[in-house]
Amino acid sequence: MPDLISALHLSAPEATLAVGGLVLLMLGAFMGDKSARFISALSVGLLVAATAVAVTGPLGMAFNGAYVADPLAVYGKAVIFLSSAVAIVLGDGWMKRSRIAKFEYPILIVLASAGMGMMASSGDLISLYVGIELHSLALYILAAYHRDDLKASEAGLKYFVLGALSSGLLLYGASLIYGFTGSMRFDEIAAYAAANESTGLIFGLVFLICGLAFKVSAAPFHMWTPDVYEGAPTPVVALFATAPKVAAMVLIARTLEGAFAGSHDQWSQVLILISLISFAVGAFGGLVQKDLQRLLAYSSIANIGYALLGIAAGTTLGVQAMLIFMTLYVIDQFGFFAILLSLSRGGKPIRKIADLAGLRKDKPVTAIALTVLSLSVLGMPPLAGFWAKFYVFGAAADAGYWMVGAAGLVASVVAGFYYLRIIKLMWFDPTPEGVGPTDASPVEAKTIAWASAAFSFPLVIVAIGWIDHFAGIAATGFGAG
Amino acid sequence: MPQIPYILSVVTFLPLVGAGLILLARLFNKAGADGAARWIALLTTLVTLAVSAVLVATFDPSSAAYQFVERYVWFAGAEYHMGVDGISILFVLLTAFLMPICILASWTTIKDRVVDYMIAFLVLETLVIGVFTSLDLFLFYIFFEGTLVPMFIIIGVWGGANRIYASYKFFLYTLLGSVLMLLAMLWMAAETGTTSIPALKEYAFSAEAQPLLWLAFFASFAVKMPMWPVHTWLPDAHVQAPTAGSVILAGILLKLGGYGFLLFNLPMFPQASQTFAPLVFALSAIAIVYTSLVAFRQTDMKKLIAYSSVAHMGFVTMGIFAGNDQGVQGAVFQMLSHGLISGALFLCVGVVYDRMHTREIALYGGLTARMPWFAAIFMLFTMANVGLPGTSGFIGEILTMVGIYEVSTWTALFAASGVIFSAVYALTLYRNVMFGEITNPAMKAITDVDKRELLIFAPLIIGTLWLGFQPGLVLDYTAASVEALTTTYRAAIGG
Repeated sequence: MPDLISALHLSAPEATLAVGGLVLLMLGAFMGDKSARFISALSVGLLVAATAVAVTGPLGMAFNGAYVADPLAVYGKAVIFLSSAVAIVLGDGWMKRSRIAKFEYPILIVLASAGMGMMASSGDLISLYVGIELHSLALYILAAYHRDDLKASEAGLKYFVLGALSSGLLLYGASLIYGFTGSMRFDEIAAYAAANESTGLIFGLVFLICGLAFKVSAAPFHMWTPDVYEGAPTPVVALFATAPKVAAMVLIARTLEGAFAGSHDQWSQVLILISLISFAVGAFGGLVQKDLQRLLAYSSIANIGYALLGIAAGTTLGVQAMLIFMTLYVIDQFGFFAILLSLSRGGKPIRKIADLAGLRKDKPVTAIALTVLSLSVLGMPPLAGFWAKFYVFGAAADAGYWMVGAAGLVASVVAGFYYLRIIKLMWFDPTPEGVGPTDASPVEAKTIAWASAAFSFPLVIVAIGWIDHFAGIAATGFGAG
Repeated sequence: MPQIPYILSVVTFLPLVGAGLILLARLFNKAGADGAARWIALLTTLVTLAVSAVLVATFDPSSAAYQFVERYVWFAGAEYHMGVDGISILFVLLTAFLMPICILASWTTIKDRVVDYMIAFLVLETLVIGVFTSLDLFLFYIFFEGTLVPMFIIIGVWGGANRIYASYKFFLYTLLGSVLMLLAMLWMAAETGTTSIPALKEYAFSAEAQPLLWLAFFASFAVKMPMWPVHTWLPDAHVQAPTAGSVILAGILLKLGGYGFLLFNLPMFPQASQTFAPLVFALSAIAIVYTSLVAFRQTDMKKLIAYSSVAHMGFVTMGIFAGNDQGVQGAVFQMLSHGLISGALFLCVGVVYDRMHTREIALYGGLTARMPWFAAIFMLFTMANVGLPGTSGFIGEILTMVGIYEVSTWTALFAASGVIFSAVYALTLYRNVMFGEITNPAMKAITDVDKRELLIFAPLIIGTLWLGFQPGLVLDYTAASVEALTTTYRAAIGG
């Protein structure tokens, strides 16, 4: 019994979310759709509480090694849960304006967060898979949340079919690994791999990486990303772009560096290949996009390539770099999506990149915020995006991956073109004729956009020291489990 | 006079404070914001100039060490580390000197979005001075890269008809160069465990690492300089930029490349510098001869001067990698002198462009009769550009050529021929624009330079002539630092 109690204590963040989510579901079912706003507020509170529980909770292993609470998991969960909370705030206002306010939206995000927490904490192949499925199922529904919208339904279906395929790959890989090592637990797999050389294990590992690469939308497993980004409701895309990616990146780091630390030579090649393709697809694919959300999809593909490069380094520094990268990336992404949500003309959201022209006159502060965010993702020092790249390429250079780093930096220059185009449209081009003024921005989107831009510059100059510190603890503490 | 603490941070961030004040003025008084922006910008740049004059006055030129050093830990891996030596302090002064001139030159010509314009210039000043004062790898990189953004905006918003193309080209070209430098910096930091530039100068990089590192830095600075064949962004950027933008571009931003060579390539990778010196000499010689010939065929005044800048920067790269006292002294001198002369030449073009709104050489002619004062000023700077003895242009060219002659006679030969070519294109330009009959009826009403323009040119004229007659003013400051640089360089390459 004491075992169970301590195990529950360790897994309290997910337990909080799961139980809280179910309670909210009951509450919503009784109160009806008019309670959407109330449930949203409670969900945000629940996520913040879960973050607090995760940060203050004890460290250790539970459920026979299936669940790990270590600094890496805590760091990941803090970013994941807070991102989910921001996505709920963004979605709440959007749903009200689109007149599809339903109480399930925040609850689905809470349940997905529980799954993402599991991913960050998974210590064996079963909890890895359960975490992925738990969050994926909630996300499939969210993608098609605007069910009367053709594109949203298409996005949901695509995401589901390709997600199912990736789960299949993942499961196949997991079964191979189990078959060859005889164990599910990461530490036992690591022990086996250290003692034996097994080609089958490598096979399983490659399938596992492919499945996970789907989840983070790394090329060449990125096909679903542009369509889902384009079709799914904007606040849902804001969630897709942030929390699940952090969870999956933490999971990749934990699996590869934990269970397969000895096979670094093998998996680093795979990751580097994925990174290189992601740089190229993200940079060149983005050049021809006309839709802002599709552009952000390509931008995210390139950025995931950078983050994977950190893991590919195979060092503590690399994991730290990946965590810093993902943290700063998440903050930038929320800025972008909040700006998308805050811009509309005549009640219709601005989706085309070309429609940004003349924004300078209408909404100078938002235009400045978008400029700062674009420069940040472009990697202009000393903005947030620069530090993200700084750490990742630092780790890559440290591990000796020179040429990959050079390729990534060159790709970032190519990608620079489309960020510059955003700036050019807003600042260089005159307001086009016959285009009405933009509508008043919703408060929550505007605030998040400005806060995100203010973080990218100048707050990051101070904050980078703290993020560096905590990510350092997270990266060194992990593996203890 | 005692050295004032924190003066480097003050001189670096003072323009940023001015930019903040302009923003405040804009918030509180929308109607009078344009006038306020002009005056605040002018005063800020003048105060910055005064502070940098104090900086120079209290600097001890007899020491090669970094002075006015400020050093704090920022976070793990980077420091806020500033200081100047005899070379960088003069670039700080040059920047502070040219900025008020730029503001004055834009006083009436910029009518659209004045507030944004002045803020962009002040931010640019902070960033450029920051490049010259920072002694930490990443601090240097931040300032160095940061200069792209305001310049991108200056070209893109206030530029000519084809400004969008030019601004993209400027930004992406120089960004591509500098990302490779970033990678090299990251590697160096990982390898040595320090990001302090003075410490890295002491560090002996292995013979295998040096060539790659050298090339990475070279890629960045060669684009910035710009060296042939990566110079093609410069004519476009110059032609499209507003006058003051061209002045800053030619006067200061190009010098970031030469300064970078002196800060990184030569002292940190001496063996690689020696290995690659023939390459640099060849590129410089081609730049001097080829771009001089290209300049001769230009029909646009600004483009002609832009190509002439590339040729003059050829002397600088040649002098730096000659690696001896005369060469490096000459290169530094040439950079400072070119900052004054090319800036003045772009201002001269600006004077006629403001009146006639064209830069086509063929449309001009016979301006001497209408603009005697302008004719004299333009003549002086044309001659300085050619390198007439008595102007600062001469000193830089002769010193670099003496320096290169010791190392590579062939390069000196080509460089010397370049001096003749420069006389050809510069004098042809002058003849076509200034002499002859007035063929274009529109030119009949052109007026001579007014008081504001005279005020702009006066400091440049004084500077050019003063440095021409008394080069010691500069050389005394740079002597100790250059000697330390070349001595260690020669010791490292064993010669």
